[in-house]
Amino acid sequence: MADAFEPKMTAFVCNWCTYAGADLTGTSRIKYQSNVRVIRLPCTGRIDFMMVMKAFSRGSDGVIISGCHPNDCHYTSGNYHARRRWMVFRDLMDFMGIDLRRVTFSWVSAAEGAKWAELVNEATNTVRALGPYKEIQQLTAVGID
Amino acid sequence: MEDLNNKAKQLLESGAVKVVIGYGKGTGDTRRPIFVRAAEHTGDLVFDAACTQNLATYLTKAEVRAMGKMAIVAIPSTLRSILQLAAEKQLREENVLALTVLDGSLRELATFAAIEETVATIPDAISNADQQMIDKLTAMSVSERRAFWAAELNRCVKCYACRSSCPMCYCERCTMDSNRPQWIPVASHAVGNLEYHMVRAMHLAGRCVQCGTCGAACPVGIPVHLLTIFAEGTVRQHFGQKGGASAKLDYAMTTFKPDDKETFIR
Repeated sequence: MADAFEPKMTAFVCNWCTYAGADLTGTSRIKYQSNVRVIRLPCTGRIDFMMVMKAFSRGSDGVIISGCHPNDCHYTSGNYHARRRWMVFRDLMDFMGIDLRRVTFSWVSAAEGAKWAELVNEATNTVRALGPYKEIQQLTAVGID
Repeated sequence: MEDLNNKAKQLLESGAVKVVIGYGKGTGDTRRPIFVRAAEHTGDLVFDAACTQNLATYLTKAEVRAMGKMAIVAIPSTLRSILQLAAEKQLREENVLALTVLDGSLRELATFAAIEETVATIPDAISNADQQMIDKLTAMSVSERRAFWAAELNRCVKCYACRSSCPMCYCERCTMDSNRPQWIPVASHAVGNLEYHMVRAMHLAGRCVQCGTCGAACPVGIPVHLLTIFAEGTVRQHFGQKGGASAKLDYAMTTFKPDDKETFIR
């Protein structure tokens, strides 16, 4: 790992909490690793599990999924639905052999700028240590895209 | 079996049903689905231990529905599928009648309540072979599991037989066929194959009756049913609710509890 591998991280975040939280990280001048590409969605309830798979097949080495804390959802229940889906999806990913260390789930509120920086740093460090996601990328390399 | 033939004959003669969906003799010792529409053909109906396909998949097909009221020869998983379809508002009570053989005697179940009652008395357990495979897989390391599924799914030709054979895959517009955005490449390729089977399992989680018909339908012998059985199993474990138990209950993934317990969200 000496030859400076920099992971590509994709973050799916909700518009109302985590995106605002990430914005606060910036306005608070907190520095964090720039590996992350943030994709803003209306709500965690909108984060289809297929987006995670798409991120991996398009070259992501790690994925972060984050939204409002339970009880804080702008749409009152989107994050509760999302949580149920993640519970099953995570088990299924594990069963199908997707490395769960590459997928980070979190609640980050609009006031938690520092938590966002910490989360991104931690997730990025973990994935950097794991190296590129060869198992998926090998598959994409041989075929269609 | 005599009872079944007589019952089917009587139902068709009286006009109570327009079609009996049942099993007929297939190649060799196999059984295949048949659609009996006239009383003189009820002799073709067969029922024995070789009848393992869940026929409920035909209940939602437009071609079959157009025939009129349906009677269906039901094994336990078929009864569960009927309940799940009813819960999802895909089936009306007045359009279907289940004929099931339990403890050697024929029962006619005309209402969802009757089916619920019957289903509650039948223990649902997946086969020992499937349980052993799932135990074996869960005991593996992640990379071993990855290798296992990569090798299995490599054979997938995307014929969608698993989708077609599944009673719960009734959507007229499937994610698989969506090309804008194209979530899954059409070609049978390792990446799309992994995602296809993941989507199928996720979409069936909480609704699967664990009949195993998808796995039996696979022409290249991929144990695809293990994925849906596993996904359904996680739903049962997390949320204590199972597919095909009730004609009224919302399925687990469309509802939530504020105190759902997870351990991985930071």
